[in-house]
Amino acid sequence: MKQRIGVYICHCGGNISDYVDVEELGKMFHQEENVVVSKDVMFACADSNQKDMVSDIQANNLDAIVVCSCSPKLHLHTFKNVAIRAGLNPSNYVQVNIREQCSWPHSDRPREATVKAAGLIRAGINRVSYSESLENIELSVKKSALVIGAGVSGMKAAIDLARSGNEVFLIEKDYFVGGRVAQKEILFPTNQNGKEVVAALYNEMKKFPNITIFTGATVEKVSGSLGNFNVDIKVKPRYINPNADKKAVKRAMDECPVNVHDDFNLGLIERKAIYKNYPEALPDVPVVVAEALKDATDFTGKFASTLNLNEEAQTLSLIAGSVLVTTGYDHYQPKEGEFGYKTISNVVTLPELNRLMEMNSGKLVYNGKKINSVAFIYCVGSRQTKGDNKYCSRQCCTSTIHTSLQLKEKYKDIQTYHLYRDIRTYGKQELIYAESSKQGDLYFKYEEKEMPVVASPSLSKGKGKDKVLIKVKDYLTAKKEMEIEADLVVLVTGMVAREDATHISELFKIPIGRDKFFNEIHPKLKPVETVIKGVYIGGTCQGPKNVSESVQSSLAGASKITALLKSGTVSVDPIIARVNADACTWCGKCSDVCDYTAIKEVLFGNKHVAGVNKAVCTGCGICAPVCPENAIEIAQYTDNEIESMIDGFMMDFDIKEKGAGETEDVLTPPSGGGGQAMKEYPQVWREILAGMTDEKNTIPEIAANSRLASELVTFHLMTMNKYGVVVPAGMDEKETYYYYKQPPKSPKGGF
Amino acid sequence: MSTSPKILVFSTDKISDPGIDQAGLRKIHYAPSVYVISLPCSSGIKPRWILHALENGFDGVFIAADGHECSYSARCADHTNTIVETTQELMKEKNINPRRVRMAALCSVCAEPFMNHMENYGKILAGLEEAP
Repeated sequence: MKQRIGVYICHCGGNISDYVDVEELGKMFHQEENVVVSKDVMFACADSNQKDMVSDIQANNLDAIVVCSCSPKLHLHTFKNVAIRAGLNPSNYVQVNIREQCSWPHSDRPREATVKAAGLIRAGINRVSYSESLENIELSVKKSALVIGAGVSGMKAAIDLARSGNEVFLIEKDYFVGGRVAQKEILFPTNQNGKEVVAALYNEMKKFPNITIFTGATVEKVSGSLGNFNVDIKVKPRYINPNADKKAVKRAMDECPVNVHDDFNLGLIERKAIYKNYPEALPDVPVVVAEALKDATDFTGKFASTLNLNEEAQTLSLIAGSVLVTTGYDHYQPKEGEFGYKTISNVVTLPELNRLMEMNSGKLVYNGKKINSVAFIYCVGSRQTKGDNKYCSRQCCTSTIHTSLQLKEKYKDIQTYHLYRDIRTYGKQELIYAESSKQGDLYFKYEEKEMPVVASPSLSKGKGKDKVLIKVKDYLTAKKEMEIEADLVVLVTGMVAREDATHISELFKIPIGRDKFFNEIHPKLKPVETVIKGVYIGGTCQGPKNVSESVQSSLAGASKITALLKSGTVSVDPIIARVNADACTWCGKCSDVCDYTAIKEVLFGNKHVAGVNKAVCTGCGICAPVCPENAIEIAQYTDNEIESMIDGFMMDFDIKEKGAGETEDVLTPPSGGGGQAMKEYPQVWREILAGMTDEKNTIPEIAANSRLASELVTFHLMTMNKYGVVVPAGMDEKETYYYYKQPPKSPKGGF
Repeated sequence: MSTSPKILVFSTDKISDPGIDQAGLRKIHYAPSVYVISLPCSSGIKPRWILHALENGFDGVFIAADGHECSYSARCADHTNTIVETTQELMKEKNINPRRVRMAALCSVCAEPFMNHMENYGKILAGLEEAP
């Protein structure tokens, strides 16, 4: 039990002390048996206070500290570092949130806010009393990274990781790199060719000898953990003799008599059974669909020295310190009959249209007919209130409108119709929406409850009997039922999680969200980290993104990995599960609920007990409630700590009401209502007042005179105004800034 | 002073706690008799902690669960639900009304929903009699 505790209660300017009697609480806790220092401070996070805290800890030999201020999300690390600077173990520090969870939500009831704050602080003191000095877990890490998925995101990340000196293994399931970007002829907003972008990145990668690329490769088995992931990969054969002459390989491709389904072109055409995705596809080695050639014995006999149909898959073992998953996405595949897909011949998806456009240079032809009009139906498979995909796929509005512009540019006289629910061309992408409208594209707004109906060409009433008829209730024209005839209907399909995401999730234990994409820890605070230490996610495997956003996230992941692997060792948070071996009877329940296989049966003397893999445990605590012997717990969340907090909340406090005479000689905000008295101005107020050199001054003038940041001046002027230290004095001539001045008679407590 | 029922909230560091913080940030008022303990995951709440709170003066325990947003486990909602059911069985044995523990999913921006939950649960607790 800690016996020499320091308690710091923050005014936060007036954010806390306007409603909570911080001074009274400071005095009250000073009388507690195990509290050696108890102070109310104007800004706990201020450098000057941090220095005072370090001095207090050292001078009073404090064994624990409690800081009662804002949310731990803001300053947990600030005060942990104070503890470290003072020579105190940072685990012996507890932050109590008396701002976001006390003074602000209870600003309407200041007296009760003070009572609650007392309970919160008491709970914090109780908790820190039971705190233990925990040491971070040091793990050695191999300076190598495994990147899974060689799309643009994965390739950019691989280059970044290699440039930072890491050994990089880049594995790609397909036989060629580039992913979805290679399927896009022209990319928004740079109008670069997708294949050229892929080639540029591949050639850049080849400059780094520390990048090893495996194509046609899949992850088969994973063991180990942060610092040393042991990964088995399976590399599928290409069935091409590696020593074969390039001209012979080209001849074999040209003369191949068997055609197969062309996945790259989404099945719109067939390709030879010896193929490359496209002529410039990289690596520059074709692939043989050996199964398709089993009956073409004459052909295989002729090219026996070129083909190697007996080649077998290889399994390789890699060791990686960290893993970045950039496996990308799948296109949403409409169900048969959904808006006429697969049941009406003139209905395709947006990715299919993009492939058609690349294959049709002079005029756009589909099913042997020239296309003069195209109707896009947006949000197909996205934003489904009743379906699985409730999310917006983000990039499809822009992609569609960009495609519409390309249609006009490439084929001149095509008319496009856009049947949308909402247009979400966010940011700069909005410009192409305006451009599309200007060029004459027609927009119709529909609602999910009244979906457009696509009818077969035979029902079309217009002159073109082979046109598709689309009926839509247009919300832009008072829900008028419109009928549109188009040569081609394009279903704007969004992104969905890859089918094999579950396989990767099971191998690496990466949590999957309700949308089936990989889950980061927190979308804002830890956007590329997963709860699995050392495993990061980037690109569209974590949710819909455009190319630019995908690359940003994968580079963020690469930076995280570089920082992680830099020193050769990594320090891991000690807040993990631990087992009381004396109490444990090994029933296996804790192991059953652990999604990370962090708990295994181990021998403790002659006894079988649960053992925790420190490198793997995430500290989630799911194992603790299921233990029938109460033999497993999470550090910093022990029974003593939690139950003593509950006891602290329930304690009675005799909070002294502030008497009228007590504030006579101090500075108090005129509005009252729980405002905190001050005996003198804080230093920063003095500097601001010194910066008010004229009769009245604007914030930029004060900031310039006092050499303080204008944001800081603005922040403090608000509180100073409450205390009557300054008052507004009109606006400047341009009505840009308010003037502030000191009132004729300044309140007490000043200089 | 308020006579609102005392509610102990178990929140989670990454999901529901930021939502509760946001209620404060936006000065959305709820009863000062609401106290929060933040944990890594709602599936890590021990039934004995809930009982300890109820046996020592709290009128109700509210679990602000991660639900499907949990970054630790896709089975989080099921695990937390099991904890609630186990606790309710123990509560019945001690003649504590099982409605004194409640669970709802709360996200990182659920400021108003948190306030509504506290208000509604406060009303339910105020009307409870000890009949299991």
